[in-house]
Amino acid sequence: MKVLGLILAGQKGENLGKLTNRRASAAMPVAGKYRAIDFTLSNMVRAGIRKVGVLTQYNPRSLMDHLGSGREWDLDRKNGGLYILQPYVSETSQLWYRGTADAIHQNITVLRRGEEDYVLIGSGDHIYNIDFTPLFKYHLATAADITILTKSSAGYDPAMYGTVKVNENNRITYFVEKDKENPGDMINLGVYFMNKKLMMDILYSTVPNGKYDLVKDIIIPNINSLNIMSYEFSGYWRNIKKSLIEYKKVNMDMLNPDILNELFPPQRKIYTKLKDLAPPKITSTGSVTSSIIADGCIISGRVTNSVLFRNVNVKAGAYVEDSVIMEGSVIEEGAKLVNCILDKNVTIRSEKSYIGYEEPLVFEKWQVV
Amino acid sequence: MNEIVAMILAGGQGTRLGVLTENVVKPAVPFGGKYRIIDFTLSNCVNSSIYTVGVLTQYRPRVLSTHLGVGRDWDMDRKNGGLFILSPYAASTEGEWYKGTAHAVAQNIDFIDQFSPKYVLILSGDHVYSMDYNEMLDFHISKNADATISCIRVPLSEAHRFGTVITDNISKVKEFEEKPKNPRSQLASMGIYIFNWPLLREILIKDSTDESSSHDFGKDIMPNLVSQRAIYAYEFEGYWRDVGTIDAFWEANIDLTRSMPALNLYDPNWRFYTHSAEMPPAFFGPNAKILNSLTSEGCIVNGTAESSVLFQGVTLGRGSYVKNSVIMTNVKIGENCFIENAIISENVVIGNDCQIGIGENVPNERYPNIYNSGISVIGECVIVGNNVKIGKNASIGNFLNMVEMNVKEVPGGKNLRADGLA
Repeated sequence: MKVLGLILAGQKGENLGKLTNRRASAAMPVAGKYRAIDFTLSNMVRAGIRKVGVLTQYNPRSLMDHLGSGREWDLDRKNGGLYILQPYVSETSQLWYRGTADAIHQNITVLRRGEEDYVLIGSGDHIYNIDFTPLFKYHLATAADITILTKSSAGYDPAMYGTVKVNENNRITYFVEKDKENPGDMINLGVYFMNKKLMMDILYSTVPNGKYDLVKDIIIPNINSLNIMSYEFSGYWRNIKKSLIEYKKVNMDMLNPDILNELFPPQRKIYTKLKDLAPPKITSTGSVTSSIIADGCIISGRVTNSVLFRNVNVKAGAYVEDSVIMEGSVIEEGAKLVNCILDKNVTIRSEKSYIGYEEPLVFEKWQVV
Repeated sequence: MNEIVAMILAGGQGTRLGVLTENVVKPAVPFGGKYRIIDFTLSNCVNSSIYTVGVLTQYRPRVLSTHLGVGRDWDMDRKNGGLFILSPYAASTEGEWYKGTAHAVAQNIDFIDQFSPKYVLILSGDHVYSMDYNEMLDFHISKNADATISCIRVPLSEAHRFGTVITDNISKVKEFEEKPKNPRSQLASMGIYIFNWPLLREILIKDSTDESSSHDFGKDIMPNLVSQRAIYAYEFEGYWRDVGTIDAFWEANIDLTRSMPALNLYDPNWRFYTHSAEMPPAFFGPNAKILNSLTSEGCIVNGTAESSVLFQGVTLGRGSYVKNSVIMTNVKIGENCFIENAIISENVVIGNDCQIGIGENVPNERYPNIYNSGISVIGECVIVGNNVKIGKNASIGNFLNMVEMNVKEVPGGKNLRADGLA
């Protein structure tokens, strides 16, 4: 079974404020050393997918830098491999992607040329670890036209997600987008599996008529004419770009050993760009509790209930609590941080104290405060 | 054409590392939280812009070859040059193991010839150090030398363990003595040589037909060469360790946990590269207590660690206390254990309530030359079980299952092997 992977990674993630000023949400650093897109990308590669197109639009520099040739995901191939699909100028058009379906339609050549039979569409913003192969089998066994990954809506705000209802055969019979009044009982996890020919037919017949959104314009109107099945996922799944609090919570979730084990089991690895930094060092004045610490860190201060990315330096007497500190940041002597998010390469000067109350305090890249 | 080709000698067993090198060659022994010993030499090559490297293997090369692969982790997967693993081979008229370090290089003359280099750099895969070979090459060129030996100043009392050189006031080598009983110089050879290739080629061919030679750079080639040719001594100032004994290996690891160690693993301009597993960042539980230690990716720490190096994927259970110890990749330590002055190899599983490194410091009975500094050593993949006591200078052989063997105590100075306690 040959499957083409497509990852939607073009969005800014407005809700993340300053953090996505200079990067797409799919390039958001997560869990100490990863970028959001690593999860979907690794899930696809582990399912045997050898060709993955990443659809980018909003400030892709950071994302492209991270993906490189796709080598870390074994996608540097003579045949197939990683395709970065950006909006482009051509003889007949020069348009930005106007929606998810339009983005795929503008790159229809990739679908037309390939020898794959199926397409798996995912998002670069979702944090989860799944084995897709049972979903592929389920799709075949139920003779579905489209299979959508879903999850019980317990614990999620239905006003923020697409929600569905299914009949006794797991066929989706009801599908609404961000509906607070009449939500379904399961949320749409933004993963769509379908026959490639069907995908192309649908795109050819809808996008030129001004219908640009995969869910609103293609899936929902066809809910009765197509056999759209729900495949339920029961594991950990989060979308980091819903809000700043959600983004922070996803990072803090890694401090729960059960979630950490579920996301990073040794037999189902999540791959990322390797940097070969030395193991983190905790010196004689340092202490670390309830935290994760990435490679290259040197901890001489106190760190508790926090997530530290690579190369963070917490100097003697500094105190970090309930915070997310991204790569290369320095917390100087005697500084204090509570409920903060530091983007990359921030310097907190000695003796300074920053405390976030309702929302975490966010410091932009390269800030010195 | 490549101006310089490096040849790394990586075939030696390193008998004084005991169980650590029973199954792997010394350059493949894990070091410093995520590295293997050869990573330092290879990274020095890359950082010195030397991208044509031959690695000479012989003794148990499986782990080493797997680790190196095509050299991709060191950016040595090149179109021109790159990393080559050179193992002993059979030919139509002969076919033999490498008989010595010089013989190993001599067997690969045609490998070096294909790059027609001006210089050949001879390195050892056994050492932990950080060195820019370009500075040595500049010295070699400026002296118009035939060969240059890299040397480091050691205390006179230690000099008998090394090849020592006696130089004149312009650093020209007058005498070279391999492991002298009464050393006359503090300048010890680091086993790093630069030769002009045409000269080395000629010497190696001559040496390989010499019946009386043991075909060793330190014993045969260098002592003969100093009287005939312009050999210079380049004095290296910096961190360099031959981690050839249990004590030196342990010490060099523990040194990394002290403040401002001489070997800086965090220098952005001199990075050390390795082939490592993809694991999430280190996790510290609410009761974790950790002081002066390295904890690598994939570690799950719920106990206490002090002055220790925890490699990737180590689990330290609640109430356990690890002090002055080297805990290698994927070791699982249960709850309420006490471990002091130990080296625990990869994939060892330790149950609950174990005590390791306890009791009197008595030297090892069977191997007094190997285990004599109070350090307990457990070989790879050993299953220790619960409530086990292991004394100082004790050793446990690789792959033993102490639960099946029903061994609850290995007293100080004793060795546990497949055939029992001795």
